[in-house]
Amino acid sequence: MPDTLAHPVRFGSNAGQPVTRRDGIAKVTGTATFTADNSPENLLHAVYVPATIARGRVTHLDVAAAEAHPGVTMVMTPGNRPALQGDPSAKPTMFSFRIEVLQDDSVRYAGQPIALVLGETLEAATEGARLLNPRYAAEPARTRIDDDEAAPVEPGGFGRPAGVEHGDVAAGHAAATKAIDVTYETSAQYHNAMETHAVVAQWEGDKLSLDVPSQALLMSCAGYAYFFGIPAENVTIRAPYLGGGFGSKAIPTGPQVLAILAAKETGRPVKLMLTRQQMFGPVGHRGATRQRLRLGIDDGAALTVIDHEGLAATSSFDDFVEPAANASQGLYAAGALRSAHRAVRLDVGTPGPMRAPGEASGSAALECAMDEMAEAAGIDPLEFRLRNYAETEPGTGKPYSSKALRECYMQGAERFGWSGRPLLPRQMKDENGLLTGWGMGTALFPCPMFAADARATLRSDGSALVETSAIDMGQGAWTALAQIAADSLGLPLDMVEFRAGHSSLPDGGVAGGSGHTATAGGALHAAGGDVIRQLGEIAAADPESPLHGAGNAAFSARDGRLYVDGDDSRSDSFADILARAGSAELVGNGSASRAPEDAEKFSMHSHGAVFAEVKVDPDLCQVRVTRMVGAFAAGRIINPKLAESQLLGGMIWGISFALHEEAKHDPRTGRIVNADFAGYHVPVNADVTGLEVLTVHEDDPYVNALGIKGVGEIGIVGSVGAIANAIWHATGHRIRRFPIRIEDLLTA
Amino acid sequence: MSLSIRLTINGAPRDIALEDARVTLLDLLRERLALPGTKKGCDRGQCGACTVIVNGKRVNSCLTLAATLDGAQVTTIEGLATGDRLHPVQEAFIEQDGFQCGYCTPGQIMSAVGLIAEGRAGDDPERIREGMSGNICRCAAYHGITLAVQEATRRMAEAEKGDAA
Ligand code: FES
Ligand code: FES
Repeated sequence: MPDTLAHPVRFGSNAGQPVTRRDGIAKVTGTATFTADNSPENLLHAVYVPATIARGRVTHLDVAAAEAHPGVTMVMTPGNRPALQGDPSAKPTMFSFRIEVLQDDSVRYAGQPIALVLGETLEAATEGARLLNPRYAAEPARTRIDDDEAAPVEPGGFGRPAGVEHGDVAAGHAAATKAIDVTYETSAQYHNAMETHAVVAQWEGDKLSLDVPSQALLMSCAGYAYFFGIPAENVTIRAPYLGGGFGSKAIPTGPQVLAILAAKETGRPVKLMLTRQQMFGPVGHRGATRQRLRLGIDDGAALTVIDHEGLAATSSFDDFVEPAANASQGLYAAGALRSAHRAVRLDVGTPGPMRAPGEASGSAALECAMDEMAEAAGIDPLEFRLRNYAETEPGTGKPYSSKALRECYMQGAERFGWSGRPLLPRQMKDENGLLTGWGMGTALFPCPMFAADARATLRSDGSALVETSAIDMGQGAWTALAQIAADSLGLPLDMVEFRAGHSSLPDGGVAGGSGHTATAGGALHAAGGDVIRQLGEIAAADPESPLHGAGNAAFSARDGRLYVDGDDSRSDSFADILARAGSAELVGNGSASRAPEDAEKFSMHSHGAVFAEVKVDPDLCQVRVTRMVGAFAAGRIINPKLAESQLLGGMIWGISFALHEEAKHDPRTGRIVNADFAGYHVPVNADVTGLEVLTVHEDDPYVNALGIKGVGEIGIVGSVGAIANAIWHATGHRIRRFPIRIEDLLTA
Repeated sequence: MSLSIRLTINGAPRDIALEDARVTLLDLLRERLALPGTKKGCDRGQCGACTVIVNGKRVNSCLTLAATLDGAQVTTIEGLATGDRLHPVQEAFIEQDGFQCGYCTPGQIMSAVGLIAEGRAGDDPERIREGMSGNICRCAAYHGITLAVQEATRRMAEAEKGDAA
């Protein structure tokens, strides 16, 4: 790993500081405005009716009853739905899905919108929707992974992962002196951001103004514009705050398009907010998987093969196949590696990317399989992973742009106290007689970049305005991006006004793939650099400036002053430079994306190691996670406080995946029977104790100018396996289905 | 049919003509009184996002019909700070990073205010976690939430001692 930056970049004093959230006051006083908090004058409320069967046709809706209800102003059904300009089956932008917008009377999954009711009040619209009382011609629903024949995935971009094969897989199997062949299952999970999907839509002529939570503002503008046949510039989106996204709020969904259509039809603003139950259907989920892993080792416990086959559920009408098997690429130095994907089509809403798509499910299976292999080899799971540590990317031989995984293992193990772990299971009990177990998992996550633009404006008083349509869905963009911008301008943070969350700003790109800070931050960094460069030119040409004639000498910016590099006696303030030039302001532009040559040369990943302790009641088999330590190396950390929160959040999603989350279908109707927070369990505060995060610094000159890798998703990766492995260590039982339930342990 | 009720909301008396008996306190605040700080996360008492203080107790405003509240005192997130001075719980949430997206936060904070007033948890983290478990945070900011409630509890107890002395 290179220990010095090849292209040194200017880092000021703001990045790296645990600054508290700049939007903190707005969020604790209730003044942070989320989509559904907007109530323009003359507003109509929209409520849609979700299908209560999973496959078939709607044969009757009692439109008359709904229309007769006081306050109901419109009932939209497939029979009277105004035309859309765009095709609901087309996918107008990257990350798009086919949407359900009352195009016909067919039902393709439970929860699909089958009618929309508008009312003067929410109560009237809700009652009107209830009065529609649909009748159906139902067909048998396929909701279990065995309900359909598995088919190979035709690779082709988003949602259709290609398989990967490196080395001679057959030879790898043949060379193994010990081997395992295990199958793991993961359940369907629903994002369930606390803020449900919503929209407040207003038309003025052919201009559309939207409050809508979106993880990709400009891309969403293009998507909405497509459906309504207007130029993307005619769509304005305001999304200053998102109440969580987790991958489900990237692009337009059917219900949102319907509400916008209703606003167009009625000429009035329309608000739609999904109910919690409606979050289980048309807005994506993590598809269920079944994964077979065959691992082999030689006599020295070196992996000869990792052969990972994933079967994933997608919908009957669109493709998103969880790329779970690909999680086995890039991590362990196996002689041969194979990842393959197949899919089944079920009568469910189309799955989509959910926090660590592919990696979360794939790593859950892989890390458990690694534990089983270590057990078969009779060696400690950490030692087994170290023996198979990859110094270069397995299969491709590419160098890693940086990789401090060994340090993560060491520091995490040390902090956790891993060295005291007995090799065999069922050896530890606590003072209350609870079975105690320790497990671990490795975390790997790619660090993609998208493309983003930004603008920085230095004002005559020496303060600055920086702008990009970045998104804060909780990760802390309002704060971390402002820190980056301040450093790029050589200004203290409080001299920088940061604007984001609005589509009229320079394109901040996509808040996804854990790449937003790197991408939008990179653009801000470049915009600030552009201002400083111009400022230097002005000063150097100005006979009255102390910097006059500094010519080619580089300048550095600090605390609102420009200095000649290496000569602190020569400096000039931003405000003075601008004043003498008679400029009211100076504008710089920047953009960022990954340098293609670096992407070609290097394998770029964040890494981590997670260690977990569980306690299991020997009679009741209730499982509690009592301690977790996660050590992560993710390049440069801009704000340690916020990064820690994100990593902790990810680890708690790991607890959730391992022990809580599962959407259960009634096989007779195909409906999800636990579609609310009483039945669909996510961790609450009492489920979370003893979590700790360590970050290992990496200087990575190749990922991007700032050396940022991203921390939004990696916390969940590795955590699931660590918990399952700890349960084995406590009880001696391998439960190969997630979430791990009490009944699985009772009957094991 | 119109029903009229009188509520004191964040200290200010309000006479409210309710044209619809189905209106919950949550929807009354959000859709009719321009107080959208209180959030809707489930609308059925399962997440705590809508927590407000009614007559000194924390309640799920989504489960409370407005029409049943004639004469009640209601405090929402908008009424917690005194001018620019944040309530100690609000301050502690910022300092301890007790939120990420901030959507569950008004409910968490009102719930914490209620919990502290109940006096059953003190600064014991186990009890705080239990007492705050009616408030789901999907961002999972629980670590910071627990620290924030602990911190605020201590500060408020100290301030009270100071006042008494
Ligand atoms: S909105 Fe009231 S408890 Fe969830
Ligand atoms: S801060 Fe996002 S749900 Fe709690």
